[in-house]
Amino acid sequence: MGSRANLFGALAFLALAVAAPALPPWLVSLATIAFANALVVLGLIILWRAGLVPFGQALFYAIGAYAVALLGRYTGLRDVFVMIAVGAITAGAVAFLIGFLLARYREIFFAMLSLAMSMILYGVLVKTETLGSTDGFHVETPTFLSYAPHGTALGLALFWLVLGICALAALTISAYFRSVAGVLAVPVRDNEIRVEFLGISATRLIHLKLVLSAVLAGIGGALAGFAVAHVDPQMAYWTTSGGFVFVTILAGAGSVAAAFVGSLVFEIVRSIAVDILPGTWQIILGAALLLTILFLPEGLGSVFARLRTRAEAGKP
Amino acid sequence: MLTAFAILTDGLVYAAYLFLVAVGLTLIFGVMKILNVTHGSFYAFGAYGAATAVGIYAQLGLPDAAGFLLMIVLATAIGLVLGLVLERGVLRLVYGKDEVVIVLVTYAVFLILEDVITLIWGPRSYGAYQPMIAAGNIDVGDLTLSNYDIGLVSIAAVLAAFGYWALKYTRYGRLLTVVIFDRETAAAFGINVTVVYTVTFIIGAMLGTLGGAVMAPKISISLGIGVEVIVLAFAVVAIGGMGSIGGALIGALIVGLCRAGAVHFVPQIELFVIYAVMALVLAFRPYGLITQTQPRKI
Repeated sequence: MGSRANLFGALAFLALAVAAPALPPWLVSLATIAFANALVVLGLIILWRAGLVPFGQALFYAIGAYAVALLGRYTGLRDVFVMIAVGAITAGAVAFLIGFLLARYREIFFAMLSLAMSMILYGVLVKTETLGSTDGFHVETPTFLSYAPHGTALGLALFWLVLGICALAALTISAYFRSVAGVLAVPVRDNEIRVEFLGISATRLIHLKLVLSAVLAGIGGALAGFAVAHVDPQMAYWTTSGGFVFVTILAGAGSVAAAFVGSLVFEIVRSIAVDILPGTWQIILGAALLLTILFLPEGLGSVFARLRTRAEAGKP
Repeated sequence: MLTAFAILTDGLVYAAYLFLVAVGLTLIFGVMKILNVTHGSFYAFGAYGAATAVGIYAQLGLPDAAGFLLMIVLATAIGLVLGLVLERGVLRLVYGKDEVVIVLVTYAVFLILEDVITLIWGPRSYGAYQPMIAAGNIDVGDLTLSNYDIGLVSIAAVLAAFGYWALKYTRYGRLLTVVIFDRETAAAFGINVTVVYTVTFIIGAMLGTLGGAVMAPKISISLGIGVEVIVLAFAVVAIGGMGSIGGALIGALIVGLCRAGAVHFVPQIELFVIYAVMALVLAFRPYGLITQTQPRKI
């Protein structure tokens, strides 16, 4: 399963990368945002496997985005790799610090405390003039190891960068899911005390997962910041977090691929729905979420798994 | 001295507002163990309903008191219908699922209701300030206080006292206490838990719309007012201890006074002082100020 899925994933990424120059620029930029957000969703999947739903993941998303925006504004640094690394490290460091508080909580309290944390950042961003206040500010055009594209070339370069980072993240995280710490997620969700009887600290495991997911969200936020070329406090608002949770539930936590497919489908459906039915977009969202929870509690990804089992059961 | 008095009155008024929006949330959580994100929509529906009521009474030229009464009646009626439909139509289907999953269900309903509000009332913003102006002002020393604010604090106080009395001394309140303590044992003793759930959810919804209605004259009623309220109400409830009405009262007072202090001394931190207080309280009391000790279940 593992190596075949990897091969399939790699082929899909390669196909997208090759096809990109032939696609219309709006589609490329849509896919760039979708894959940047998919990294955040991937982080949520890590936590969701352990039964945790953070309603404030936008905290780390916004930290990543603001980190690259601030670097562009106050320093001469323009290299995209260095800037993203700074965003990821900042998000991870913040997660490490607040993790001491957050990792003690489960279920609703975890969800809502993380929400409160993101609202603190939102409050700070809105009130601070030097951070752009409610309007946010512009993100400088980055360079790629001294290659400095503009216009369509910049969009393509960003898309390829996002694809590369996503492929790397997908590989790393699926390896993590197979590791001891990754496999222990399900026991933590099902019965934490038994995990502790194995001599493993559930709180530490969750702390680690939190930092991992924050790093992913930081990278996603940094990439989204480059893609939109603008950051604003809305990125830290709880409705942004709600959107990520939404995609996670819809896609299901069954596999790494679910994050990417789910996020892409979500962005495409959204851009169509907002055009056709502008007033009822949230009704569609809510209804889809409700129906998913009621009828497909494992997410849309489980449909394929079910079909596969059925096909295998049908074989002689 | 004047500042201290101003902070105290501002804090009390804000605490009254917080208590009114948090009490329904904490009631539903205490009994049903559901964190009801839809509560924000209840608040918004109450506020919009109040705006409609004020519009009607301005047209008919009714006396001010009747207008205020119409506001309350219309808002609680909306709460009754919404609560009944939601509990019977949606929540009934998901009882027994993970608490977090039920939060997501209420979040989905919240998203739907946000657009329903736009469909009914349109995207423009409403004002319902007439009752507040009709109530007039009163001078206390050098400060001018709005009578409406004083009324708001009284409503909150009466509600808190009534809640305490109802839970302690009425038959339904005692049944509720039993269900809160242990749902299964309560059911085994012949309490109809299904009915208790429905009634509780409806009361919670009515408290939510009532909160929106009495706050309507003080705010600009526009899209997205429900979004802020749910986060605020949660912070208050988390500080006090989830599911405890006394906790909601204490949480509202702490947050109200802290915010009023912040507004007077360091206005920049006004927006996040609430969450800072929450994080601080939870760092020392992980499940809020008023909680029952829970046994660890294996």
